[in-house]
Amino acid sequence: MSTTTREFSETRRLVLKGIGVTALIGLGVMPFDVPRALAAANDKYPEDAFKQKSEADAIKALYGRTAEPSDKVKMDAPEIAENGAVVPISVTTTLSDVTSISFLVAENPNALAASYKIPAGTLPSVANRLKMAKTTNVTAIVEAGGKLYSTTKEVKVTVGGCGG
Amino acid sequence: MRIRRRDFLRATAAATLTAGLPRLARSAETNGVYDLERFGNARILHMTDTHAQLRPVLFREPSVNLGVGAMTGQPPHLVGKAFLDRFGIRPDSADAYAFTCAGFEKAAGRFGKLGGFAHLKTLIDKLRADVGERRALLLDGGDLWQGTGLSNVMKGADMVEAANLLGIEAMTGHWEFTYGEQALRDNLARFKGEFLAQNVFLTEEAAFNDAKAFDPATRRVFQPSTIKEIGGHRIAVIGQAFPYVPIAHPKRFTPDWTFGIRDEELQKLVDGHRNNDHVEAVILLSHNGMDVDLKLASRVTGIDVILGGHTHDAIPLPITVTNAGGITLVTNAGSNGKFLGVLDLDLAKGKVANVRYKLLPVFSELLKPDPAMQALIDKMREPHADDWSDKLASADRLLYRRGNFSGTVDQLICDALLNELNAEIALSPGFRWGLTTLAGQPLTMEDVLSETAITYPETYVSAMTGAQIKDVLEDVCDNLFNADPYYQQGGDMVRVGGLAYTCTPAEAVGKRISELRLANGKPLEAGKSYKVAGWASVNEQSGAPVWDVVAKHLRAGRPPNRDEPAVTLKGVEDNPGIARHG
Repeated sequence: MSTTTREFSETRRLVLKGIGVTALIGLGVMPFDVPRALAAANDKYPEDAFKQKSEADAIKALYGRTAEPSDKVKMDAPEIAENGAVVPISVTTTLSDVTSISFLVAENPNALAASYKIPAGTLPSVANRLKMAKTTNVTAIVEAGGKLYSTTKEVKVTVGGCGG
Repeated sequence: MRIRRRDFLRATAAATLTAGLPRLARSAETNGVYDLERFGNARILHMTDTHAQLRPVLFREPSVNLGVGAMTGQPPHLVGKAFLDRFGIRPDSADAYAFTCAGFEKAAGRFGKLGGFAHLKTLIDKLRADVGERRALLLDGGDLWQGTGLSNVMKGADMVEAANLLGIEAMTGHWEFTYGEQALRDNLARFKGEFLAQNVFLTEEAAFNDAKAFDPATRRVFQPSTIKEIGGHRIAVIGQAFPYVPIAHPKRFTPDWTFGIRDEELQKLVDGHRNNDHVEAVILLSHNGMDVDLKLASRVTGIDVILGGHTHDAIPLPITVTNAGGITLVTNAGSNGKFLGVLDLDLAKGKVANVRYKLLPVFSELLKPDPAMQALIDKMREPHADDWSDKLASADRLLYRRGNFSGTVDQLICDALLNELNAEIALSPGFRWGLTTLAGQPLTMEDVLSETAITYPETYVSAMTGAQIKDVLEDVCDNLFNADPYYQQGGDMVRVGGLAYTCTPAEAVGKRISELRLANGKPLEAGKSYKVAGWASVNEQSGAPVWDVVAKHLRAGRPPNRDEPAVTLKGVEDNPGIARHG
């Protein structure tokens, strides 16, 4: 168990670093003349969405509408996680005008795991590692041109062992 | 011996009626069993999952190998008579003995052992010579380095020697990884063939720290594929290692590597070979397991043949799978050196015009052992032979492992764990390797090691609640019966001692296991704690190696526990994956 804890905290550090970088890029490309109030509203931490239990409620709180499945959202996730504490999941999309990418883990205590703002001119590609409590669906949502697109894959979290 | 030979010939005469089985030679020479009709212009010989069995073996195929969902009643999920009917094999024949559990004990006396590397060497050399120089290729699908006491103490180095003498040109891996990176790399430095694995990558952390990789750009740890020229034709061979190594085994053996099926990366690789390398055939040398390979063949296009292993299914004929790009043939070549797959390709105008496939049982008594290989085997065994040859006990009944839920070998191991570690419940992994011993035959330490020789053999005793025990059973059961093969791991169900349960394989995870009871008939209580003994844990343990626990139990000469395995199956009444008789 100590191994898992250490791995997790290291990963969290990496993830935190990643968020820092994203934020800096965001500031860098933000037009200088955007009203400060709007920028503040856009960058506001979506506290309510992260508090929701279910996937549907979290999407509603974050975006206020529902997503349609799209094969233009490509999610790379393992079928069976090698370590449920750090499941590598990445998303890319061929959709244009992408403004955000979010990750939801259906049966985690709080479904919304991460949400990234994608500044204009940035490649819509995000890789991160999610902690998963148990076998469940992982959904990626891409916000593009004001609409929501999604893809879902089941990721199995197993106790392991006993393989042939 | 003459009677024996007649048995074989009669058997093979019947087999000529079916494609894909040994053809009867006109001469009375028993070697004629292995005279194959010439076909095509490139031959690929495929062996897999030998589990380091250098010497001939007895290995009983399963009497329970259930398929669920779309796989119900489909190969490889057929046993006994249903298997014989599906593949047109005559009951009581040599092939029936090799491919199924039907009448095993009686037939073992008639047809003897199978496999052995000295016998394989003779057969491989003959099949190579039959087609001429540089027209044949020998591939190994992995699980070559593990499964015996010798391979365990030598960390697979014995098998590298044997592989080099045998002439294996490319291989992929599974248990090979459980010796850890250093031992694996040391062995590969001596291996004369190529080790191929398209689906093993550095983790992000390892890549960041500049860990060793075949290709830092893709983070692939090993060479993914190779192009071989045989019979003047170019063939791409791609390696697919077991996708779930860090899950099925302790992660500490492969901390820097991440696995997976990775069919998108595979598709890119196939397309690259097709578009840029002027290959006439693409072969996937796979350790996915047969169900996974069948699904993969329906999704990935451009592979001509998947030569499969891992699930130890000896399937006489390839299964044809249709996909968006055409068709892919899927094979699985059994285990323990019992079989050799022979794939003859007719390559013409840049593609595979036709194929012929045969899965040859390696009847040791029909093949003269190759002297050089025999000498190598004897030399490598010699330092340990004395230590391991003492008789510990006699087999009180037919001892075998293979089967979805139980095997008599594992009942014996569970009894040893219960008795020696003074536990209420025993858990033992559902491996698919491990040999068969006939009733009355002696059991030596070498035999015990052939059932237990892994790099994490430590036993444990721990307190688990009834709910935790049920969770473990559910979890392993889902690895076996998840309706989607990509979520299966290819082992059998964890074996239990001191516990009875009912299993409904077609149910969803969490609902398959019910009616758990202790040996005394009392129901297992979810909240109560029980003393559980086991081995092969993915977590580090410190107890005695399981082979010592089993040996102690056998030496003590306790009266054998002949209780029937206490697993009741529901909803599989008409499933041809269960043998009704023998």
